[in-house]
Amino acid sequence: MSEPIFDLTYIWAGIIAFGVIMYVLMDGFDLGQGILFMFAPSEHDRDIMMNSVAPVWDGNETWLVLGGAGLLAAFPLVYTIFLPALYIGVFLLLAGLIFRGVAFEFRFKAHTSKYLWNWSFAIGSTVASFAQGAVVGAYIQGFETENMRYVGGALDWLTPFTVLTGLGLVAGYALLGATWLIMKSEGETQAWAYRLVKPLLASVLIIFGIISVWTPFVDPFVAERWFTGFTPIWLLPILGLACAYWIFNAVNKKREGTPFVATMGLFIFTYLGLLASKWPYVVPPSYTLADAASAHESQLFLLLGLLFVIPIVLVYTAWTYWVFRGKVKADQGYH
Amino acid sequence: MELDPLLLSRIQFAFVVSFHAIFPVFTIGLASYIAVIYGLAFKTNDPKWERLGAFWTQVFAVVFGMGVVSGIVMSFQFGTNWSNFSLATANFLGPVLSYEVVTAFFLEAAFLGVLLFGRGKVPNGVHFFAALMVSIGTFISSFWILSANSWMQTPGGVEVHDGIYHVVSWADAIFNDSFWYRFAHMALASFLTGGFVVAGVSAWFLIQKRDTELHRKALSMTLWLLLFLTPLQVFIGDLHGLNTLKHQPTKVAAMEGNWETQKGAPLLLFAIPDQEQQMNHFEVGIPKLASYILTHDWDGEIPGVKEKPPELQPNVPIVFWSFRIMVAMGLLMVLVAVIGLFLRRKRAYMNSRWYLQTLRLMTLSPFIAVLAGWFVTEVGRAPYLIYGEMTHAEGVTPSLTGGMALFTLIGYFLVYACVFAAGAYYLTRVIRGGTEGTEQHEDDKHRPKRPLSAAEASFD
Repeated sequence: MSEPIFDLTYIWAGIIAFGVIMYVLMDGFDLGQGILFMFAPSEHDRDIMMNSVAPVWDGNETWLVLGGAGLLAAFPLVYTIFLPALYIGVFLLLAGLIFRGVAFEFRFKAHTSKYLWNWSFAIGSTVASFAQGAVVGAYIQGFETENMRYVGGALDWLTPFTVLTGLGLVAGYALLGATWLIMKSEGETQAWAYRLVKPLLASVLIIFGIISVWTPFVDPFVAERWFTGFTPIWLLPILGLACAYWIFNAVNKKREGTPFVATMGLFIFTYLGLLASKWPYVVPPSYTLADAASAHESQLFLLLGLLFVIPIVLVYTAWTYWVFRGKVKADQGYH
Repeated sequence: MELDPLLLSRIQFAFVVSFHAIFPVFTIGLASYIAVIYGLAFKTNDPKWERLGAFWTQVFAVVFGMGVVSGIVMSFQFGTNWSNFSLATANFLGPVLSYEVVTAFFLEAAFLGVLLFGRGKVPNGVHFFAALMVSIGTFISSFWILSANSWMQTPGGVEVHDGIYHVVSWADAIFNDSFWYRFAHMALASFLTGGFVVAGVSAWFLIQKRDTELHRKALSMTLWLLLFLTPLQVFIGDLHGLNTLKHQPTKVAAMEGNWETQKGAPLLLFAIPDQEQQMNHFEVGIPKLASYILTHDWDGEIPGVKEKPPELQPNVPIVFWSFRIMVAMGLLMVLVAVIGLFLRRKRAYMNSRWYLQTLRLMTLSPFIAVLAGWFVTEVGRAPYLIYGEMTHAEGVTPSLTGGMALFTLIGYFLVYACVFAAGAYYLTRVIRGGTEGTEQHEDDKHRPKRPLSAAEASFD
């Protein structure tokens, strides 16, 4: 096989990394509605919460499926080590997403069975969020591999560390959900969402803080990256903390859109910090992006299609959010 | 008891894919039917077609939604349960499966919303165009999936280096030796599924005497379609069988229940194949007919299962009986379609209660035929995942234990049971709602642009 003129691996890494953060930010706030769902003071609030994400949640989840298929095509090793290693976790994730997806569809059409769909939505969302957080933790921990195969046990991914990252993401999504709700609601519902932000922000900071301190002990590679001399990556946690302060401040001033934007910032800087810690390892501790990449011609073949479709999906996504902009009312639509 | 992760993974895959397949096979056919209806609406400007289109679009929405939900699991199973296979084939299957996902998104992003929610808001021509694009999109999706499956049956266009497949010719890999046969067979199966469901539901409305003029027209159209498509499917199925004989003779041997390679092989109508003794019990057959069908020569030679050692043989009883169930359903469909032609005079079909009841029951027949057909082709290629090159045992995830596989098998079963019960229950409510209630609703701007939201019926 001839040497490719141009290595697409890093373009693909960029696409997948972009897909992941798009997914985390967008599905994050609607999973957050599910996490907070049963804590809402009234059924009226729940109607608003669900209506605020109903038009967009499905589009948000398409990024997950695209990411899964894209990984198989561009970085098959990630796909074929993560999925066996996270076997049980993947099941919980999918089961959670299915139950909450079905709840979205049927709750609007249900009357007497509404409470069933409420619980289905809440539990499904929480389980799916926790599983995603545990995946992040498992990635930090690394995988036991031999000759490009996962050779660890069924529950290696479930450790105190990954439980903490799981809880961290649940808290993080709840914060995204609460700040989203501030933006999309009024009156009592909004007041409730405002009250949620500070305790959630505090939990996020505490959990993220513990994870950040713990990570270098879990993975010496991370320790070396952060603690060998001064590196510019220290800017990332500083910017993250600045975002946290920004959220705090915006809530005090009763801003409506800023808390959500600032929370997205907190997520983005945390995410970049994570990438910076692990780069270029995608299957730690053994395999890098280049090891995990598929053949050049396969990367090229799919890239041609994606270059055509991704802009359309982005335009469509933007258009959907534009159509559904503004405050949500409980009685709109769905009856 | 020792739990076998390989067997459990196969059962899980069979369960998930069977459960999933019944939705797309229906939506593909139905999408084309909806496009035809909206085409008629556009051409004639007759509101009755709008009404019929709106009704079937609601049904489409619910089934499409269930298909999407059940399909998510599929895209992860390749990694969770078949990681060795995925690693080896990712260079080909990765892009192909991704293109399927991308097509589906593109379709959903661009046209599904217009089809489901655009009625009355966009010109009829645009609405028709959206319906047409959705139906084309469903075919493109199935194109990719069937290409992937066919490649596993008749691999081509690839080279193997260090255990990893590399694509040397995308055209040869995508349009591999069995692709067009499988695609044509499956496309027709989708049309037949859509056709028999529409016929069955129309028949039910006629029995109920609801909106009879409209449903009579729908039934009449559908019966004409079935009259041509059912024999055509038998013909295409035969070609597909000949293609299989060429590339996978052992599968055909199992379909025929033919253990020994022989000339002038009989067509078995009944037999109880016995894998252990490598023979059949209670054979009833028509002499030489199998040879004639497969080689067009009464004394043609038909390969036997025993050409392969027992460890490389598929499970003959499953293949043998699945094949018979599929063929029986196919012939039954031809019969029902032809009877419809004889009942044309004075529109007897719409007043003949037994015929309408038969059509109602026949709603199930295409689903049974499709599942049986997939069992033939998938079980029939065992023990190979990639025919002749990689076995199930080589492809399964090495770290997978029996306990893990059993856990998720039961788990998916429970999840799907809940989803299916809710979906099927809701679908019957939508159908009971009928065409009368599909006049336009004026809520909408803020409703979610989601498939199921297009349905109006209440859940409870």
